[in-house]
Amino acid sequence: MMVAFWIAGGVAVAATGMVITRKNAMHALLYLVVSFLALAVVFYVLGAPLIAALEVIIYAGAIMVLFLFALMLLGLSTRHERQERAWMRPQGWVLPGLLTAVLLAELIYVMASGGPGAAPGAAPGPLEVKDVGMSLFGPYLLGVELASILLLAGLVAAHRLTREDPEDELQ
Amino acid sequence: MSAIPMGYALGLAAILFALGLVGVLVRRNIIFVLASIEVMLNAAGLAFLAAGARWGRADGQVMFVFILAVAAAEVSVGLAIALKCRRHLGTLDIDAISKLKD
Repeated sequence: MMVAFWIAGGVAVAATGMVITRKNAMHALLYLVVSFLALAVVFYVLGAPLIAALEVIIYAGAIMVLFLFALMLLGLSTRHERQERAWMRPQGWVLPGLLTAVLLAELIYVMASGGPGAAPGAAPGPLEVKDVGMSLFGPYLLGVELASILLLAGLVAAHRLTREDPEDELQ
Repeated sequence: MSAIPMGYALGLAAILFALGLVGVLVRRNIIFVLASIEVMLNAAGLAFLAAGARWGRADGQVMFVFILAVAAAEVSVGLAIALKCRRHLGTLDIDAISKLKD
């Protein structure tokens, strides 16, 4: 299991690194799919098969397909790739990269030194999908309703924003 | 119960979050910014999941489901704004969306 975790984690980090450095948006999105699939393996190894399936179906499936459709509607060409190259000057990378590296080092230092102590009580048994469902529709029922309202709001906003009526133009 | 120590999973989440943060800070194309935000949301979900697996509670997985819903809503609105921006301003440069300022 440990080997699977290291390999999947390495693939996820490498693919994410490719995502933020690609000039062609289509290539970047395909690397993002690879990153999500690797993360799904990590979730499975962590003992969450339901979340691994959701990661593949919703993230790598639905959300990435949404990205790809939007990209096709945008109709990017080699001109945009040249523009992207002009935007990605090396000096623009130095300061954000440095600051983020400092934050990352701090985060890992804090986790390595002052993490939580021993697990409280005995190690509980394996988590079943049933436990997740009971928790989701028991104590977290209000959260489920709020998520449904949020998704409805997203649906309405996406419909309103992409409508093409000329008299509705923002001006 | 998973055999992976929580620290390793949290370290992986931290690395992925930092990579997403660099992407948000550095890229100017709105598509790449949205993709980087997806990476950061995923890293946050991984942290929730690792903590949930550590204490053997289902709450971490429940939180990941909520993050999934938030990510779906965010990306639909974000891509709609990207299409609108392209249609009106002719560019995907995120610095061009500054009309609210005027």
